[in-house]
Amino acid sequence: MLISLFITCYNDALFPETGKAVVKVLERLGHQVEFRSAQTCCGQMHYNTGYRQESFPLLRQFLKVFADAEVICCPSSSCVSMMRDHYPKMAEEMGDPEVIEQVNRILPRVYEFSELLVDKLGVTDVGAFYPHTVTMHSSCHGLRSLHLGNKPTELLKKVQGITLIDLPQSEQCCGFGGTFAIKNSDVSAAMLSEKVQCVLETKAEICTGADNSCLMHIGGALSRQRTGVRPVHLAEILASTEKDGRQQ
Amino acid sequence: MSVRVGEAAQAPPFPEAAKTLIANSQLRRNVRNATDIIRNKRNRVVGEVEDWQELRDAAKSIKDHTLRHLDHYLLQFEEACTRAGGKVHWAKDADEANRIITEIIQSHQQNEVIKVKTMTSDETRLNVALEKAGITPYETDLADLIVQLGEDKPSHIVVPALHRNRMEIREIFMRKMGLDSLGYQPEDIAAAARAYLRERFLRVKIGISGANFLLAESGSVCVVESEGNGRMCLSLPDVLISLVGIEKIIPSFRELEVFLQLLPRSATGERMNPYNSIWTGVTPGDGPQEFHIVLLDNGRTKVLADEASRETLDCIRCGACLNACPVYRQTGGHAYGSIYAGPIGAILTPQLQSMEHSQTLPYASSLCGACYEVCPVKINIPEILIHLRTKVVESGEVPITEKLAMKGAAFAMGDADRLSIAHAFARVAQSPFSHDGKIERLPGMLAGWTAFRDMSAIPDQSFRDWWKDREKSR
Repeated sequence: MLISLFITCYNDALFPETGKAVVKVLERLGHQVEFRSAQTCCGQMHYNTGYRQESFPLLRQFLKVFADAEVICCPSSSCVSMMRDHYPKMAEEMGDPEVIEQVNRILPRVYEFSELLVDKLGVTDVGAFYPHTVTMHSSCHGLRSLHLGNKPTELLKKVQGITLIDLPQSEQCCGFGGTFAIKNSDVSAAMLSEKVQCVLETKAEICTGADNSCLMHIGGALSRQRTGVRPVHLAEILASTEKDGRQQ
Repeated sequence: MSVRVGEAAQAPPFPEAAKTLIANSQLRRNVRNATDIIRNKRNRVVGEVEDWQELRDAAKSIKDHTLRHLDHYLLQFEEACTRAGGKVHWAKDADEANRIITEIIQSHQQNEVIKVKTMTSDETRLNVALEKAGITPYETDLADLIVQLGEDKPSHIVVPALHRNRMEIREIFMRKMGLDSLGYQPEDIAAAARAYLRERFLRVKIGISGANFLLAESGSVCVVESEGNGRMCLSLPDVLISLVGIEKIIPSFRELEVFLQLLPRSATGERMNPYNSIWTGVTPGDGPQEFHIVLLDNGRTKVLADEASRETLDCIRCGACLNACPVYRQTGGHAYGSIYAGPIGAILTPQLQSMEHSQTLPYASSLCGACYEVCPVKINIPEILIHLRTKVVESGEVPITEKLAMKGAAFAMGDADRLSIAHAFARVAQSPFSHDGKIERLPGMLAGWTAFRDMSAIPDQSFRDWWKDREKSR
């Protein structure tokens, strides 16, 4: 299957390892991955902060780049939820029948990474090896918008060597919320502090998730507090093999 | 016209108020503890109802339908209530409502009233207006009594004194009721309140209430409560005055079935309210012999005019969104500067005031969606928050640095070549701040982030550059 990767703007710039891991997993499963270099951003930051006019061109850009892609994979639950929850409404507001039509056609072909594996490709065992103790943060968008449910944990449970520990209060927001963390940094930090306490309670060495934005937030505090706990995107765990371990 | 929502117009911006409140360890513990208890109870009893989602859908349809035909149902209510011996008053704003109520009390030469919990009277600041006219209002809801005696402000829609714990309440009661001793147990404290209130229930001639629902067809009013103080206020006085927002109306008795299942389970985690009072006008020889109802607009018709956010008026004030909200959990209700706190307050308060005040409230959310998930009438609060943020941006009430950063980012994201240049620029710009792949201190807008968390530094090679290299080497 030819899978088109929508890496998303912040993964592109800040977390290239996640993108590489997605490519590695999909190719290992025998699929072909393409990266359309004209892609940029889903527009979430602008849309959610109230800059609606600025988000419209980004929607157009996305449609232009991916119009004829068969399957689009995006390793970010929050960007996928932005597209699913808001693109139809934005298209309506833009009042362009062609945009409305394109959005309706493209959305069913957009998959968050764990959705792609479990729902579209029907695999849970991707042949990974990861001898670490891991806890999983369910991002709010993955939880309440995409309803990922236990898809990420199903995938993790099949990883060889892993010890998976449930995160207490897993339905609670980490306090990132995009520009919320900037505009309300004190409240955001208070929320984060509770999340970090939960992560530490698990005594895991790795905190994973389907969204690098939450992981960047949680990881920022884990790092500041010198906890020694690391954030690692789900894709990077699924990409790891026993061979990688020996090479390290 | 003076639309007023408590003291919201004078309140400090949310981030500022929140900063002070989250430093209060006692308050945070109280709020966390109380919301955890209510939330768990709610989850348990909601889980028992097999058709919960269908009930939510039904409630939403009923509310949306009623609001679309609000003029019809309000007039139907007026006619039916008048026929049953009630007197219907229309108040366009807070001042008019307060004036109408004050005049009714004065026409009976009374100088005190007993009140059963009404948020709407906090919205209009009725107590302040009454006191100015020499009338003493006595709050009879236990939590409202705690707030009143403590010269405090409500911090929750359903549980207004949620930010106080037992020991604080005991101290307030001892001081304000002039008690020399008082036990430490909840029963002791409740008994003190009971003794204090009972005397007033029996003496005071005028009662003031809010309402949970108005039934258009029969002209009836419905109040649900847990303590029985409401039943006393609604049945003992000679005169009853109810102050009600116009959005509280539903078509008929039939629709109550849906809401009386949703409301108690969502609000307090009870299967049904201990007291459900419904009355229609006046009944000779039974209960108050004079009944007034003041129907309040105070900005509501303006909210109704905006199609994208009018579902805000569907709210039945259950407070489930407050208990579910991770932001409210940290700050409590006072940070919102409004008697309507939490997620619903963040959308209701600014809209009632035509977006002229409380512009920071739509940003007081991480958009986690927990509020929408628990809302019994399915108000899509996150969507409305975003809608209101757009209004704030369009009104120009945002810092210029933010606007420039957003416009700049939109320009860079508009094209992949520009984005690559932006990556390169950001790498240079971060170099004085980054070490070992992280940034511990940033200036300006981003300083709030690095005050508490490290920032990931931008690595040397972006994903797109890696991909380009990979393609070349193939």
